[in-house]
Amino acid sequence: MTTATSDDWRPALAPAILLRRDRVRSTDLLVLPERVVVLSGRAGAIVRLCDGGHSVPQIVGELSACFPGAPVATDVPVFLDRLRAEGWLR
Amino acid sequence: MTTPAVPAGSGTSEPEVPRPWALLAELTHACPLHCPYCSNPLELKARSQELATGDWQDLMRQAGDFGVVHTHLSGGEPLLRPDLEEIVTAAESAGIYTQLVTSGTGLDQARLGALTAAGLRSVQLSVQHADPAASDRIAGRRSFAAKERAAALVRAAGLPLGLNVVLHRDNLDALDAIVELGLAWGVDRIELANAQFYGWGLLNRAALLPAHEQLAVARDAVDRWRTRLGGHPDLVWVVPDYFDGVAKPCMGGWGAVSLTVSPDGTVLPCPAAATLPGLDAPNIRDHTLEWIWDRSPAFNRYRGTAWMSDTCRSCSRRDEDFGGCRCQAFALTGDAARTDPACGLSPDHGLVRAFAREGGADGPLPYVYRYPGRAATGQPDREGVSRSGR
Ligand code: SF4
Ligand code: SF4
Repeated sequence: MTTATSDDWRPALAPAILLRRDRVRSTDLLVLPERVVVLSGRAGAIVRLCDGGHSVPQIVGELSACFPGAPVATDVPVFLDRLRAEGWLR
Repeated sequence: MTTPAVPAGSGTSEPEVPRPWALLAELTHACPLHCPYCSNPLELKARSQELATGDWQDLMRQAGDFGVVHTHLSGGEPLLRPDLEEIVTAAESAGIYTQLVTSGTGLDQARLGALTAAGLRSVQLSVQHADPAASDRIAGRRSFAAKERAAALVRAAGLPLGLNVVLHRDNLDALDAIVELGLAWGVDRIELANAQFYGWGLLNRAALLPAHEQLAVARDAVDRWRTRLGGHPDLVWVVPDYFDGVAKPCMGGWGAVSLTVSPDGTVLPCPAAATLPGLDAPNIRDHTLEWIWDRSPAFNRYRGTAWMSDTCRSCSRRDEDFGGCRCQAFALTGDAARTDPACGLSPDHGLVRAFAREGGADGPLPYVYRYPGRAATGQPDREGVSRSGR
């Protein structure tokens, strides 16, 4: 189930899902009703921008500024689509 | 029984014994229902033995500091604790996601409102069958209507709702109707958990054990529904290990992912572990959570592979299923360190095969309903619903 990311999509976490900073393990987590998903690397920084206000191009823009040289423009939309397919982003 | 939260990866810089992710809080063993497969121990703790509000609040603080990120507030029926809201608040302030695991009895608008205000995040509701009369018979009490009301309230409050159904001989044939019920109630997730046979379930094994064909048909139905629903609601099928010849990775490993706290403060690696002789399970009234998890003999007893029999220690699956369930090994062989007899490689697998062949006797058999003190007599009840007045 792949949906092409459209420019006017403003991703937001599904209501049941929390983005949490795990102090003990020094990582970001998605906490769901029956699951915990560990967000490794920069995944937490990406999800933090999914506040329903930023469009995908805006998220890519902000991240490119923070992580110059990283393949943000190609990787981030794919990652966001994956999370939407899981039902975690809307 | 509930499924622990399973991490889909691993964090960095973890301490030596990886910290627990989830806490199953059995707030009370009291329950208005009398399910014959109840995962509570046969020796139900009396209300007078229960931890006080302050004990649970302190436990939640410790658990949050220690790395627990998720708790199932369960029982018995947790709504029977008048201080449930305070316990939810303590968990929430400790950074722990709270899910209420309830039979639905006693959940009205005011209570749900108070719990949501306290920070409750989601609800898991049990139902015994899609047919009201059959559900009431299995539960040993008229309760279906209350469950239906509870589901509607949770939906209206906008909380995620999971439906939990323990599957056995008397409801497997209704699998389609159960999924349809979940759809009608607007649930996000349906957990179809094949009955496990220890504790009350073992006492009622003859009545609960399905026929092989029943399982095969139900499994096909689940596959069909999954294709049709495309992931919403999420259908979770908890395998019937008696029939698959495959040991389940019980609790994600002993003392590896989650911990259970009994109503009296006993801390266990799994809810059924209270039955293991000589376990000497620690109590949160006497020790810190850190000591219990890292150092207590009980939590270290079946960690790693040193304790395993040769069958498991030499097996390539030992790090995937951890040798199966210790409580089942003990219940069937008398030795908790043996390979789980559910595994086809176990020298004791014949025991499970023999039971599985007995499955699906003609006509419904009477249950030994869950009541305090009932296990000692082991006398089956005639009809559940007629007893429900007591
Ligand atoms: S399984 Fe049934 S009897 Fe046991 S706690 Fe749950 S609702 Fe109560
Ligand atoms: S022998 Fe032990 S480790 Fe191997 S599959 Fe069976 S239970 Fe698992």
